[in-house]
This record gives sequence, C-alpha cells and structure tokens, in this order.
Amino acid sequence: MKTGRITNLAMIVMGIILLILPFVYESRSLIILLTQIFIFAIFAMSYDILLGYTGIVSFGHAMFFGFGAYATGIFLQRAEPTMGVLLLALLVGVLISLVVSIIIGFLTLRLKSHFYAMLTLGLASLFLVLAEKWRTLTFGNDGFTFKIPELLRDRVHFYLLCLILMLGTFFLLKRFTNSPMGRVLQAIRENEQRVASLGFNPLYYKVIATVVAGVTATIAGSLYVMSLRFVNTSVFAIDVTLDALLMTIIGGVGTLVGPIIGAGIIEFAHEWLTSLASSYPIFERWIIFFGILYILVVIFFPKGIVGTLQSRFTKVKKVEVHRDEKDENIAG
Amino acid sequence: MTTILNVEQIETYIGQYHILQGVSFEVPKGEVTVLLGRNGAGKTTTLRSIMGLNPPSKGKIVFQNKEIQGMPTYKIAGLGIGYVPEDQGIFGELTVEENIRVAMKDNSDATMERITKVLELFPDLKKFWKKEGGHLSGGQKQMLSIARAYINENDLLLIDEPSKGLAPIVVERVMESLQDLKKSTTIVLVEQNFHMASSIGDRFYIIDDGKTVYSGEMHELNENQDLKKKYLGIA
Repeated sequence: MKTGRITNLAMIVMGIILLILPFVYESRSLIILLTQIFIFAIFAMSYDILLGYTGIVSFGHAMFFGFGAYATGIFLQRAEPTMGVLLLALLVGVLISLVVSIIIGFLTLRLKSHFYAMLTLGLASLFLVLAEKWRTLTFGNDGFTFKIPELLRDRVHFYLLCLILMLGTFFLLKRFTNSPMGRVLQAIRENEQRVASLGFNPLYYKVIATVVAGVTATIAGSLYVMSLRFVNTSVFAIDVTLDALLMTIIGGVGTLVGPIIGAGIIEFAHEWLTSLASSYPIFERWIIFFGILYILVVIFFPKGIVGTLQSRFTKVKKVEVHRDEKDENIAG
Repeated sequence: MTTILNVEQIETYIGQYHILQGVSFEVPKGEVTVLLGRNGAGKTTTLRSIMGLNPPSKGKIVFQNKEIQGMPTYKIAGLGIGYVPEDQGIFGELTVEENIRVAMKDNSDATMERITKVLELFPDLKKFWKKEGGHLSGGQKQMLSIARAYINENDLLLIDEPSKGLAPIVVERVMESLQDLKKSTTIVLVEQNFHMASSIGDRFYIIDDGKTVYSGEMHELNENQDLKKKYLGIA
C-alpha cells in the first residue's frame, strides 16, 4: 500500500514535469520521442494486464493495436479529419476489439497457456494477411497517409494528449488491478485451480482481462498511427507484440509502472543506437545491441527493473520483521 | 440424521493411473467425518474428486440432493463447499488481507463478523495483515487457509491434512480452530495426525489402495488396536 502511494506520487510528479516540459524546453525531436514513449507505454501497460496481472501469454496482442490503427486511418482518410470523426473511429476500433476479444477469449482461453499463445499468434497473422489482401480498404502493405484533426496537428497538443492518456490509463488500470476483480486476476495468475475452488469462474475473469487489455491496446494503436499520419500492415506484425512483451519484461511485469519505464528505455535506446549509426556503421545493426540489452536485463533483473527493486525493498522489510519476531520470542 | 454429502463408488484416474477404485462414504450434517489411510491411499484425490479438480470417471457424488460429479469446480464451490487443500492453497504474492478479500463472496454483515471472529481466532493474521502470503510461516499459512474457508458461510468444508509439517504448538492452535469451526459447519477432514483426527472426528472411513475398506464411529477406532495397526500403522 505504501509502495503504491509512492508510485502514485512519483507518477503525479513525473506527469507535472512532463506537462511543463514542452513550454520550457523546445526540442521537436524530444517531443516526438516522448510522444512515442507515451504511446508505447499505454500499449505495454495493456500487455501487463494480460501477462503481469493474469498470467496470460499472448503473441497476438498486436491485432488489437492494429484494429485501433486501421479504424483511425480508414475513418480519417475517408471522412473529414475532425475530432468527431476521430472519436467515431476510436469507438469503432474499440467495438471491434471488444467483440473480437470476447469471441477469442471464450473460444481459446480454456486452452493451456502455450496453446493460447500460439493461437493468438495465428489469429494476429490472419488479420495481417486480411489487411494485406483487402487492398481496396487498406492499400495492403503500401499503406496510406491521412490527415488528422486540426487541433492535433500541433506536435505539442498531440504530445499533451498522449501524456494525459498515458497518465489516465495508468491510474485507471491501477484502480482496476486494485479492485476485487483485479485481485481475482492476480490470484488466477498464481493458481487457476485455487481460484476455481473459491467459487470463481477463471474463464470469465480471463475474458474480462483480455477485453480490458484489448481496448487499451486499441487506443495505443490509434495514437500511434496519428503520430505517423500513416498506416500499413506492419501494425499487425509480431514485432509490435514482441516490443510490448519486452517493454513489460524489462520494466517489470505486474507493476504497471514497469512497462512505462520499459517503454522509455527501449524507445530511448532505439533512438540513441540509431543516431550512433551515422558515425559508427556497426550500430546500423542496432537490433544486435537490443538483443544484448535484453539478455543483460534478464540475467541481472529477472523480475524487471521495478520488480527487482520492489523485491529488494520487500527483502529488507522481511529481515526487519523476522528480527522483530525473534525479539518477541526471546522476550516471551 | 441428514446426509449432506454422499459419495458412491467413485473411480478416478490421474493420467493413466487408476487412483480411486471405489470410494464410498456418507457425511452426516453437523458432524466431522475423517478420512484415514496410509500415504498414497487416495484421500487427497477423494477430496479433489469431490471438488471437480480430478473429476471421477465413474460413480456418483451427491451434495444436498444434487449430483455434482462432472460439474466445473467453481460451480461446486458455489454450492457451498469450501476447500482447504493440502498445500494450503494461499496466494503467495497477495497480502493476507487480499487473500481474505479475494475469497469473500459478499460484503454482508455476517461475512464481516466472521472476519472479525477469524482474526480473534488467529491473531497472527491481524499482525501480518499487510504481509504477502508467501512470506508467512507454515503455521500462519495454514491459519490463513482455514480462515479463508471460514469467512464464507459454507455448508461443507473439505480440509486436507491441516497439521502437515506444523510444529506441535501450532497443531494445537489449528485443532482449537477446527473445534470452533465444527460448531457451525460440517467437515470432511483428511488427517494423518491420529491425535487430531480422533479428538475432532465423529466418524471415520479408512481408505486403502483407492477403496473404502472400513468405517465406523470414531470411538470404535480408538478402541480397536488391530484396525489401527493394520491400516494406519499405529501400534
């Protein structure tokens, strides 16, 4: 509880600093980079609901990202790029995610985790193929550009929107995971049979987790393509899911704040390694360095950065409690 | 005497192994029925079969006049059967409070009263209210597990080896809590500790090689040294 309050306070302070930042430090590239971090933080937090809080491994989470991306792209390209159309696009994307996640959830969440992971991978690939083949609507892998509403064309406005949505998502998901339903999800992650023995239907709760994660990922997908003003089939690719998976693992699963930190580290590392490539050709193969980074994190921070810090903090507390118990026993 | 649970000739496989080969017993309402037997006799599998965790392939399980074999576990639990598994079944990454709250079926006054009572019964749980379940001692975990089953008004409690691995002084406290539970609910108890089983139990069934082989009133077993030696290895 105390740790939770510290996290909330840190998020509020960070939010205020980031809110002021564009008005005191003008840097277009930093604003763009931070905007990308906010968007991927939302996406990674959505993945954390699945992996970190419910123990569901999905290799197809990109499909929900893709629904948001295509709904936004298609609506804004075919209709006037107004805020109303954007909201309608978002609503359609969310509805598609809602329906697909419920259907997939009820049909597949009975499967054991590795079968579920493979099945979601297959389904995401199916939507990737569909997007490639339905060229009249999606223009296939070539994709298409579109305009975004006037208000959001200003990079600072868009930055502020993404920041507010990231903070909103964090506090909403935090509330969700601390609710009775969130506790059941965490219990499912630990042992599904025990949860069933308490009278809860694990399938029902897992479907709810999939829906919440899917809808959140849809919002991230929508923001992502708005930042590029372009969409193509890459939004359905496995790389997108793997990015979310790695951001969550590096930051710390089941912490919500971990995926935000993970998104920050990966996006910054990506930017930095890419910029080094102009001076040192070896950094053109930046993916190799990413691989090394992942291996190092898994070795030295097996629970992710936030998870490992929390464990160390708990260990210190545990030693103190045991010392107190020992003193009490001696006294008694 | 009303029978709350009737298990009739159940047979259960775990993988290719035929673990239960004909277990039958009746549980009278308001009593403590003890399942006894050597290690590997099939006592835990019997409880798991009742809960639907290892569903039986043959036989009938009737709970309050309703056949429950083949029903999903959550529905069986929803009918009013609480289960305290052998490994205590607590959620190690949740705090004591969260472990209790996750089990609460409602926020009624009755449930709140039961929580207050359970904290009086197990003051350690109050002391470590915000501590993660995984960091509790074996005895505290057992107390938490029993507390969690107690907070809902279950008609039947299945308790699997509550004294396993506990220090004698902790076993005494667990026994006291079970004596208290006995006043308000029907219990099926699997227990290796004969002292605990005989002091709490009203009747017993002996399971051997996956079959019920003997049953009777608890006092009969206390007096029958041959039976104790033959099936329980107690001289």
